[in-house]
Amino acid sequence: MDFSTTTLTDLRDGMRAGSVSSVQATQAMLDQIAAVDGDIKSYITVSGEIALQQAAVADQRRADGDDTPLLGVPIAVKDIIAVDGVQMTAGSKILEGFVPPYDAFVVQKLKEAGAVIIGKTNTDEFAMGSSTENSAYFTTRNPHDLSRVPGGSSGGSAAAVAGGMAFGSLGSDTGGSVRQPASFCGVVGLRPTYGRVSRWGVTAFASSLDQVGTFGRTVADTTAVFQTIAGYDRRDSTSLNRPVPNYEAALTGNIKGLRVGVPAEYFVEGMDEEVETAVRTAIAHLEKLGAERVEISLPHTRYALPVYYLIAPAEASANLARYDGIRYGPRRKGENMIDAVKKTRALFGDEVKRRIMLGTYALSAGYYDAYYGRALKARTLIKNDFLTAFEQVDVIATPTAPTTAFKIGAKTDDPLGMYLADVFTLSLNLSASCGLSVPCGTDSDGLPIGLQLIGNTLQEATILNAAYAYEQSLL
Amino acid sequence: MTLLTMQDVEKIADLARLELSEAEKEMYLGQLTAVLEYADRLNELDLDGVPPTAHAISQQNVMRDDVIEPSLPTAAALQNSAWHTDDQFAIQTVL
Repeated sequence: MDFSTTTLTDLRDGMRAGSVSSVQATQAMLDQIAAVDGDIKSYITVSGEIALQQAAVADQRRADGDDTPLLGVPIAVKDIIAVDGVQMTAGSKILEGFVPPYDAFVVQKLKEAGAVIIGKTNTDEFAMGSSTENSAYFTTRNPHDLSRVPGGSSGGSAAAVAGGMAFGSLGSDTGGSVRQPASFCGVVGLRPTYGRVSRWGVTAFASSLDQVGTFGRTVADTTAVFQTIAGYDRRDSTSLNRPVPNYEAALTGNIKGLRVGVPAEYFVEGMDEEVETAVRTAIAHLEKLGAERVEISLPHTRYALPVYYLIAPAEASANLARYDGIRYGPRRKGENMIDAVKKTRALFGDEVKRRIMLGTYALSAGYYDAYYGRALKARTLIKNDFLTAFEQVDVIATPTAPTTAFKIGAKTDDPLGMYLADVFTLSLNLSASCGLSVPCGTDSDGLPIGLQLIGNTLQEATILNAAYAYEQSLL
Repeated sequence: MTLLTMQDVEKIADLARLELSEAEKEMYLGQLTAVLEYADRLNELDLDGVPPTAHAISQQNVMRDDVIEPSLPTAAALQNSAWHTDDQFAIQTVL
């Protein structure tokens, strides 16, 4: 079996048929990491020994007749998600050496499904960024072109899958941090509806926007991982207590009559022409498969970026107040406790401090109404744009990102320019929608382009099936 | 909108318990000003009477039964602390 091209579903079939073992597949991932991750740098921590033990247990369980959904499948986990006994840095020096004493809900679910956890993948510090360049450890490189970023913040998880170093992975998406790196790395990335997946054990960034998502080489692979982590968890009070559909069974490839909305506001001047052409071609392709194209408007789109960059930093400034060196992480000495806390928090990187500053200002006395309060009201208009659109259509189709992967260093001195990399993804997080990115071709440099499909609340099955139909028709 | 001043930057940093160098203060003054000017775009909107959205999908009064359940053992809760004594987190003097 050539593991570099094998999909998760092929591997699962192979293990069921007895033609390949989990130990073989896991060892192949570790060999691939040894061969290419020195250049790509997708993993912060590789837990190879634990992974091989889990693989051996999985093989034994299978021999004993067990067949849980991800039994023996090697999966990578973003390093803001807790795995019991394995260092979790959140891409920050302020958590260097931190070893979680428990598994996140999503990791519990992966383990219950029989998955093998290969390691922890690189991320922008506390998931704040669009390129992994804000990681305090190193920048991950795009497997398609090592001079370019993989996108972010879940760039390590996207690159690990694109580079053949995992059969699927977990990321998190607060403003596009699963979909944008999926687009840049040429893989599939799903951002479920807020509340569909529990964040218990996931490092909080912006609590009203954060959601765990999944990556795969194919739509079916992405769906298989999502299927295992979706569900209610009372330890996350935003978790939705709603039945989990059989998403894998929903992948029929039939999209006849599906109403696909195309919002004018997402095809703006200044966007990469090759991206626009590829996305328009993909939408025409959906029509050939039986979908009906509907021109729509999401009129408040131009306010999404400023709303996001007031709300997310405000929530981050509160969430990150807990990093004071007292309960976890390195601690610096000071003249007194406050001084010690300040010296410890100097371990935060520039972008994290920038967002804490911005958020603290937006929440401070005298400015709360002008900034945070207005942003919450404008958020209502953006959310309503989507609800109105979904009265007319089943799916909204847009580019995932305005460009393909940019060069490492191209935007590091321009925070606002970096924020614009998420301009097509972050509206969704402000709303009650779900979304995914599926590859839809390459530009003249061979860099992947992503088609974003957005669905209404808890309509993951609809967008996954639309993406599946598109992907299968290209084979 | 009020323009951000160096005094604002210093006050925000203190509220956020961040110690910034002079160079960092200069950098953040410029960058935060740029982001806030961008946010002024929201002034184009008439938001009178528009209710705020704090969560995409709002759930209110999420309760559970008041039952004691197992929690993290003390040793596990303390294992990542740089300084702890007598089963408690230890800190420097406050004042």
